[in-house]
Amino acid sequence: MSSEIAHIFSEPPARSTRIPGPPPVPAPAEVELTIDGSLVSVPAGSTILDACRARSIEIPTLCFLENLTPVNACRVCVVEVAGARTLVPACSRRVESGMDVQTASERVRHSRRLVLELLASSVDLSTAPGVAEMLDAYGADPARFGPAAPPAPAGERDAHQPGHHHASDGASAATVAQPVTVDNDLYIRDYAKCILCYKCVEACGVDAQNTFAIAVAGRGFDAHISTEYATPLPASACVYCGNCIGVCPTGALMFRSEHEMRAAGTWDEAAQARTDTICPYCGVGCTLTLHVQEGTIVKVTSPLDASITEGHLCVKGRFGFTFMGRGGTTAGDGA
Amino acid sequence: MDLVTLAPRATPDERTAVDVVLGAPAGRWDGGERADPEGGHTSSGGHAARERRHLLLPVLHAIQARVGWISRPALEYACRRLSIPPADAYGVARFYGLFSTTPRPPIVAHVCDDVVCRLAGAEDVCADLERAVGPAGEPALGGEATWLRSPCLGRCERAPAALFTVAGTLPETIAAAPVDAAGIVRRLERTAAGRRLVPARIDPDPDEERLANVRRSVPQAGRPGLRILHRVGIINPLSLDDYVAAGGYRGLRRAIEVGREAVIAEVTASGLLGRGGAAFPTGRKWAAVAAQPGQPHYTVCNADESEPGTFKDRVLMEEDPYAIVEAMTIEGLATGSSRGFLYIRAEYPLSAARMAHALAIAREAGYLGTDILGSGQMFEIEIRRGAGAYVCGEETALFNSIEGKRGEPRNKPPFPVESGLFGRPTAVNNIETLVNIPGIVADGGAAFAALGTEGSRGPKLFCISGAVPHPGVYEVEFGASLGDLITLAGGVSGGHELRAVLLGGASGVFVGPEALDLQLTFEATRAAGATIGSGVVMVFDDRVDIVATLRRVAAFFRDESCGQCVPCRVGTVRQEELLARLANGRPNGSADDELALLADLGQAMRDASICGLGQTASSAIESAFRAGLVAFPRQAEARA
Repeated sequence: MSSEIAHIFSEPPARSTRIPGPPPVPAPAEVELTIDGSLVSVPAGSTILDACRARSIEIPTLCFLENLTPVNACRVCVVEVAGARTLVPACSRRVESGMDVQTASERVRHSRRLVLELLASSVDLSTAPGVAEMLDAYGADPARFGPAAPPAPAGERDAHQPGHHHASDGASAATVAQPVTVDNDLYIRDYAKCILCYKCVEACGVDAQNTFAIAVAGRGFDAHISTEYATPLPASACVYCGNCIGVCPTGALMFRSEHEMRAAGTWDEAAQARTDTICPYCGVGCTLTLHVQEGTIVKVTSPLDASITEGHLCVKGRFGFTFMGRGGTTAGDGA
Repeated sequence: MDLVTLAPRATPDERTAVDVVLGAPAGRWDGGERADPEGGHTSSGGHAARERRHLLLPVLHAIQARVGWISRPALEYACRRLSIPPADAYGVARFYGLFSTTPRPPIVAHVCDDVVCRLAGAEDVCADLERAVGPAGEPALGGEATWLRSPCLGRCERAPAALFTVAGTLPETIAAAPVDAAGIVRRLERTAAGRRLVPARIDPDPDEERLANVRRSVPQAGRPGLRILHRVGIINPLSLDDYVAAGGYRGLRRAIEVGREAVIAEVTASGLLGRGGAAFPTGRKWAAVAAQPGQPHYTVCNADESEPGTFKDRVLMEEDPYAIVEAMTIEGLATGSSRGFLYIRAEYPLSAARMAHALAIAREAGYLGTDILGSGQMFEIEIRRGAGAYVCGEETALFNSIEGKRGEPRNKPPFPVESGLFGRPTAVNNIETLVNIPGIVADGGAAFAALGTEGSRGPKLFCISGAVPHPGVYEVEFGASLGDLITLAGGVSGGHELRAVLLGGASGVFVGPEALDLQLTFEATRAAGATIGSGVVMVFDDRVDIVATLRRVAAFFRDESCGQCVPCRVGTVRQEELLARLANGRPNGSADDELALLADLGQAMRDASICGLGQTASSAIESAFRAGLVAFPRQAEARA
């Protein structure tokens, strides 16, 4: 063995004094496109929605959420792209060089208005934040499809066989109205308020929780969110992380506490204080937003932009707050 | 919280159904025992187990066929074997019309009540059945049988039609047409008494009867000069020798000889446009897939022919199956893919049987497999069956269905040539498109391009049905007028006036008698605001109830919408309600209000739906109003 090589075996290699950082991320190329007549430059890979938001151009969304994969199902974010046969969903369509986008053309406003009318005529949107304003902004008139049909008995809609339905007489407009499902202590499922945005399925699945307790079942107007064979949640794979509630845009999924307070008429959002804190349970350090009404925690969420949670929590952070309300502030209660 | 015990286990029958498809489990990951009982860890194998998800539909088919419905324990067993969450698989099972997740009698007659069968008296058949065996869906004949209404079964030339499914250890699926209620009841009774439905019908008719039988579906069969249908009725569809003797496999031999680029050049030069409805240039599609870097690429043949009024692909699969095998093989070699999927709708049992037979024989003879005709090239074809979902004819929904998911269309872009089946570059073509391929490759694209018109090259198949004496599949050179086609089928049925024609099926366009001179080419129909679509020419005479027909079309779209996007999911419902009000003479507000509503719905569905189903769901209905075939009564305004 030559002496040049021998030192490799006798001396450890010199340590770098600097902790290597991640390789530099190349700045994405910019793409130029036209939005509503003005030239815009955005990073390649952005969606039309990203590009619009960067320019403060308002695009309504329902099924879109920053922390979930876009499913572009609600179609309320459609925009017109020159040369395209149909409108395109801004939430998922990536920008292309030279694209000419119209976000408020007559065609765009028409489809958005119809989407809102179709939803509002078939779904109870009374607890969906921001939707009333959207209906106003687009001049939507859901009543023109006729009076709402009476609600279906519990479970009836879920039982419809795909490809079969009873033809309506047209006198009333079919809806998804049905009784609220209350099968556990933590949250309720009011599918009369479900717009089928797929967000809860995504949050339960690969986008957050990887529990896969729920999926879309049925087809067409009878499509609905369900566990296998409509099994009640306590017998399903649900782990009560409540991330489905966190992403629900209409209040179809709701803390049982909120549901009961609303029923009792005591829910008062204006009187609620929101306080951010760190979850006390484990060492992960999730940011919690406590919604406090009259000194009592009534709901727990997490900010979408919280770096650890991205809005998602576990069962303890989400629901494990009731001890705060029992027993007062000292440990000696009842002891 | 209450203790929840485990659900009951799947029955031996259910487990067998699943295991026949999947084979014995290899270890813990696919539902078996731990592979290494000596304390080995099951740390690997999850990916492999989950990669078999695409077998979910075959497994669900197997359970449905053996047991008659898919119980929760059966589904959970299938889920354990395939490593799929039960809720997810339940969503899939609940998507397809031919799967049932509630108990259902083993014998089912699916009776077509769609547009053409209605003209042939399907409503009477249903009414008679209701009297004879009870309401649709209710168990009858001692719980052994039931009947259900069905959308178009693709046998419009012999309407009315029915599909019989018999669950058991020897399951059967048979399509029959024409049928009447007495015949259906007789079959149900005989089957309930334990008899086989009919002998397995893969066997072709005896040679001397073949042509006469085929002519009931293809009246031109046997005539000289046909280019697409020239073997139909002439050759024995089981015989590879017959196929080769009739010029078969010349195309594949030439393809191997000249190589990939030359094949694509010929197809491009032919000017062949896709025959499935979208009329995309086939050569351009193939070139795009071939140019995609990275492997694998896939070849998919769309035989989910579900457009009401369409039955040409069925006839081709039943009577000329090797042509499809040859064409797919050429396509595979040309686009650099070694694996093809042939997706056939479940309502075509004979097509599936004949294709499976042709695949086996072709493989044995070296036309498929690892060394095709000694070229060292490889291609294999697998048949996948739909399960009762029109939307799966949409190419991206079809991919999802093959992948074992709900048949929900994907947003495009990305297009299939970049990201198709399993997210890989995929060439997907319709049966009729493909059947043109061997001839184009063997004889050159120029010969094909010399036929037809400037914008529509080659020959074309049309499915003529309804009020004509000789409905069936007809081949013409592009350029024939609508009137020419109706004349070919014998004109309007005796003594009646032509009222309307539905071009392109349920997603097509109604035209009135003034359109008889319309040239049925892509360019002329487009200019006239009509469509060829999949080649449907549905003829209605003066006896037709147009409003009832429109309501059936609207009901079809409401049933077949996948439910993913709002404009289609709710729009199809509102459209059907509007037509009900038209039928009842009780409009909401004035006639103009209703017409505005229809136009608004149509525009939003066309503009904002994800896929072609929603985009065309109002097409036929709006066109009927445009053509003046139907109108809201003006006097109703006074009442409103």
